[in-house]
Amino acid sequence: MDGIHDLGGKHGFGAVIRETDEPVFHARWEARVFAVMRAASAAGVIRNADQFRHAIERIDPLAYLGHGYYGRWLGGIETLLREAGVVDVADLEAAIAARGGDPRAPAAARPDRQPAHIDYQPAAPGSRREGQASARFAPGARFAPGARVRTRATGTAGHTRLPAYARARCGTVIAVHGAWVFPDSNAHGAGENPQHLYTVEFSGRELWGDEAEPGTCVTLDLFEQYLQEVTP
Amino acid sequence: MSDDQPQALRAEALEALLIEQGLLSAEAVDEVIATYNERVGPMNGARVVARAWVDPAFKARLLADGTAAIAEFAFEGGQTEKLVVVENTDTLHNVVVCTLCSCYPWAVLGLPPKWYKDPAYRSRVVREPRRVLAEFGVHLAEQTRVRVWDSSAEVRYMVLPQRPADSEGLDEAALAARVSRDAMIGVAVL
Repeated sequence: MDGIHDLGGKHGFGAVIRETDEPVFHARWEARVFAVMRAASAAGVIRNADQFRHAIERIDPLAYLGHGYYGRWLGGIETLLREAGVVDVADLEAAIAARGGDPRAPAAARPDRQPAHIDYQPAAPGSRREGQASARFAPGARFAPGARVRTRATGTAGHTRLPAYARARCGTVIAVHGAWVFPDSNAHGAGENPQHLYTVEFSGRELWGDEAEPGTCVTLDLFEQYLQEVTP
Repeated sequence: MSDDQPQALRAEALEALLIEQGLLSAEAVDEVIATYNERVGPMNGARVVARAWVDPAFKARLLADGTAAIAEFAFEGGQTEKLVVVENTDTLHNVVVCTLCSCYPWAVLGLPPKWYKDPAYRSRVVREPRRVLAEFGVHLAEQTRVRVWDSSAEVRYMVLPQRPADSEGLDEAALAARVSRDAMIGVAVL
């Protein structure tokens, strides 16, 4: 998805701000969001990390930048709980008002009216990522370490793990990790589609041209479907 | 980030609705806080690094297969299905990021710091790693190569920092105390 989450290489965010003696959770509500995420997973509403990541990608882009990490989680989880019919927005707003809050305060969640692309079956053994998929996936890897590959040139409206900054770029395979669940289909309940995963190294110059810092490279873990062979 | 902002009330309301439905226990929040404050954090990764510094055979196993090598520590914490440990040397410096979300090796480093999840680090470190590292106080020689690991799948990365020069004679526990979270992300040297 060509969303605000795809931040690699974007300009304009300024210095990295660090906190001294940063606590694990800044406030109790952040841990509440964590606990709600676990409950939503246990209930089968969050079926896998890919679906959850895509739910976060779908939240309001201003909230994505402004609400912080746990605010983003909150938006993603609320989206999935409402789409699954576990939480009704009227009940949620009533619960907020009962706590003295403004139920219409801007929220991050953006549930689809008809999320027809997601199949909300309770999580079952094997439907999640636990364990590698390689045992169920026989064919050999298409690329070996040292192979030159080119990434897909286009984006997609759905979930993907090929960042925009690395589209249509050539790199070198430096590691082969066996077969893994394919996030682009798994996020949408469209099957695990296991395929080989490769670590691909790209030179700074290939990614950033003349502005690249000398002697730098970036590696990405990329699924076979993102890659084409580069013929010399 | 106080508990009276809109997100805080919304989280509290969602929690209450799930408790009403029997999907969440009232104690779950305290369990989360205890887990990630007391048991799952960078102290785990520091133990791994210290052992690699004192035990060459363990270090070889760790670099060959991080997942198998850390299994003997029996860490909890998730988000670390496959761990790859990358070694800093005199000629190569490694640094870890997740530009698309905030993937991080929870089992060895715990939950990530805020800056790791914020847009500035995620956007900049792939494009200008030397500048970002310099802002963290890491000034690398020109001939030292920089490799940025953008965690775009389920592989999680941890940096094996170089052992400090003045640490001769320290035992494993004392060495572990010298290892910082930032060094294992790759934004500090020891």
